[in-house]
Amino acid sequence: MPEVGTVPKPTWLDESELYKCVHCGFCLQACPTYLSTGLETESPRGRIALMKAVNEGRLEISNQVMRHWDLCVQCRACEDVCPSGVPYGNLIEATMDHVRDYRRIGLLPRLVYEIALRYLLPNQKNLSVLVSMMDFYIKSGFQKLVRKTKILKLISRRLENLEMMTPTLNGEFFRADGHLYQSGMADAEKIQMLTGCVMPLTQGNQMRAAVRVLNKAGKDVEVPSSQVCCGAINSHVGDVEKTKDLARENIEAFSNGNPDGVIVVASAGCGARMKEYGPLLADDPEYSSKATNFSKRVVDINEYLNGTELQLGESVVPRVVTYQDSCHLANVQKVRDAPRDLLKSIEGVDFCELEEANICCGAGGTYMITEPEMAKGILANKMKNIIASKADTIATANPGCFMQLQNGIREAGLDVEVMYVTDLLDETYTKK
Amino acid sequence: MGQSQSLKIKDLIPELRKIVGDDYVLDDQADLLVYEYDGSIDRGNPVVVVLPDTAKKISQVLKLARSNSIPVVARGAGTGLSGGAIAEHGGIVLSMARMNQILEVNRSDRYAIVEPGVVNLDLSTHVASEGLYYAPDPSSQRACTIGGNIAENSGGPHCLAYGVTTNHVLGMEVVLADGTITWFGENERDGIGYDLRGITIGSEGTLAIVTKISVRLLRLPEHVKTMLMSFETIEDASAAVTGIIGAGMVPAALEMMDHFCIKAAEGAVGAGYPEGAGAVLLVELDGLLESVEEESEEIEAICREFSPLEIRVATDSLEREKLWSGRKGVLGALGRLAPNYYLVDGTIPRTKLVEVLKKINEISERSGYPIANLLHAGDGNLHPSILFDERKPGDVENILAIGAEILRICVDSGGVLSGEHGIGLEKQDQMPLMFSEEDMATMSLLRLAFETEDLLNPGKVFPTGAGCGDISQARAIARVGPGAYI
Repeated sequence: MPEVGTVPKPTWLDESELYKCVHCGFCLQACPTYLSTGLETESPRGRIALMKAVNEGRLEISNQVMRHWDLCVQCRACEDVCPSGVPYGNLIEATMDHVRDYRRIGLLPRLVYEIALRYLLPNQKNLSVLVSMMDFYIKSGFQKLVRKTKILKLISRRLENLEMMTPTLNGEFFRADGHLYQSGMADAEKIQMLTGCVMPLTQGNQMRAAVRVLNKAGKDVEVPSSQVCCGAINSHVGDVEKTKDLARENIEAFSNGNPDGVIVVASAGCGARMKEYGPLLADDPEYSSKATNFSKRVVDINEYLNGTELQLGESVVPRVVTYQDSCHLANVQKVRDAPRDLLKSIEGVDFCELEEANICCGAGGTYMITEPEMAKGILANKMKNIIASKADTIATANPGCFMQLQNGIREAGLDVEVMYVTDLLDETYTKK
Repeated sequence: MGQSQSLKIKDLIPELRKIVGDDYVLDDQADLLVYEYDGSIDRGNPVVVVLPDTAKKISQVLKLARSNSIPVVARGAGTGLSGGAIAEHGGIVLSMARMNQILEVNRSDRYAIVEPGVVNLDLSTHVASEGLYYAPDPSSQRACTIGGNIAENSGGPHCLAYGVTTNHVLGMEVVLADGTITWFGENERDGIGYDLRGITIGSEGTLAIVTKISVRLLRLPEHVKTMLMSFETIEDASAAVTGIIGAGMVPAALEMMDHFCIKAAEGAVGAGYPEGAGAVLLVELDGLLESVEEESEEIEAICREFSPLEIRVATDSLEREKLWSGRKGVLGALGRLAPNYYLVDGTIPRTKLVEVLKKINEISERSGYPIANLLHAGDGNLHPSILFDERKPGDVENILAIGAEILRICVDSGGVLSGEHGIGLEKQDQMPLMFSEEDMATMSLLRLAFETEDLLNPGKVFPTGAGCGDISQARAIARVGPGAYI
């Protein structure tokens, strides 16, 4: 134990960030895992206290300690309410990266991780193979058979849970193939778009709707073909090196053509990650200024559309709509009003606020797969509020939230449709 | 806390698990470590943390603890500022986090029955649709619990006009030290007979554990007006406060912040406080439209006598919320100026504001430690916050000494030791500055009527040493150090 006043040895964390936390407790009520458990260990303040204790040599990194950090959804709602300005996102990402060396991970999970996060998601070709396999699994009737016979339960409960989360595929894979989607308008502005990995895979139709709306707003949309996954999921699980690689690849991919043009992102998590490429690559002499410039170009689609002269279509959309904030849109990108304003602008939409809309739904990137129990507990609270809202449609702005809310609604047997804000805008043009 | 106590409790863990459930008994090192702190500088490690969800379970835990002579410390959200929820003597921490239900809202009789773990702001939000609210509003109201408010008899900006917690609690269910479950006070109105309710409020968990609370709800005011007035110097702002109060006016809130606070709050929320001002006053008026308008004109006129740099009126609820969010988050926001703060909570006669603030400023200049001043100016409640870095040798000792010196100035000026944060561990040894031996003996007798074995939150409130400030300092240092990073 260090003596009072001695400065502890430098560690993996930036102490000027860590010791900004004065444990006032304002973060508690913003934290989904604290709200769900009532446990200080599952709160931002508690997780920071553990980081401090390890930093000061009062506590060793053990499985129990790591467990509390793992259980963080990384929604960063705490950061938004912190009066002291603790950059919690930096702290938890650095911590997750640091503790990777301490984990005793079995060969199989390590292999799954390597394949999924380092090989499959970042690479479009591999991703499309996965899509065809999933498509076959669902369409051939295999999925029905597996679910009916509950055969996976015989192998493991966890596997069965995982199968239940196989996403519904909404239309064909939306490939980033370098195509330019033209608006047909004479004075159209050319912009670029990130497709991401999860969203084009599972929500191809929603991506197409987003592009249609951008076209209607007078934008020609290019999807550069050499783009890769934004790296959000990798940094989430503490793989900072891979995240940096992906960031550098994207910076190159989007630098062809219009190096200062807008990069629109339809997935809130990706937008948040890309807006922070600057600090991520701050120590990279070759890329640091490129990254800062890149981040300035990134804009969320809701934020972007709300700032354009968007002429909506003629169709009335008779829906009672509520909105679930996507954490990384609200807490990191600070975009809260734009999606709401857009929804309210649609004729026929009866907009109602969702209680606790600012609290995470438990999706958290891969969190819903890696921490199914906590994710379900958090989701249960969300479902209560959705029922109370009496909405028939819940809008959101991120593929993870989209899938998690769909899961919750399916399990609760509710008659509520999950849609992107852009889907609802699109309905004004397409709905008969 | 001796090793024997620790061993004894470990033996009881299976029984505790049986009472509250496996998931709600924590004894892993990491689990315990996050229950060692509150919102201030004290620390203490419990041997076990339990999270019961009913009064009956609390009663069983208390009985078990009692028959084994184990201390029990109740804890709300851990936002306290005087160490009231710190397990200084080890033992069991009883977290009320799971007892967070609003059980009943009675609109016509204007009361609600809540569990102690209900968050202060959640209650007001919950009853807002009924046109009601709960008046005491500590700055930590986003996180702090009604149970914790009762323990410390918490105040808040609006307590100037509406009174502190004790003025808003009608009655409560308590578990006594021996496990008896009973009710103090009334449900819907003030009680008769001995005011056991009143005695329990502010007793910091040393008399009983509160498990259910009936609180008074007020009707939301028809009109609210919030004004921000900035002054070149803190003396001008203080004089304006004295002027307002001297004119016989009682605004709903009358808050002051100095230039350190302005800077910190601006960094946190960008509330639009004018940087460069020496101090700002945040004045809120509420009530009927006509009277609010009339009073605000009067207050403006008074303030103009002290050459304000600017007077701004929040025109809508959004702007009002923004002005308030700066004030309510300012303590945490001090983390932007220094790694640590030590907030001193003392109260002085309002006519002494200028004089006392001048003395505090002298201390700051002499010692070299910046002292940020935020005040519930309307009722003379000071919160000088000494900024320091615990990692610098000598800082902890120095700021504790400064804190004691400030409190002595408060008492000497005719004030009191605490405005709203309680005594806890922080000020127990300064109690003799205010109370005679006879006073303390009377309080001890009262405690004995509830608790003969000193197991409910032991070592709090009452002085432990010979009763002088120097001893308190030495003890405080012993508590936080060595090796403490607060």
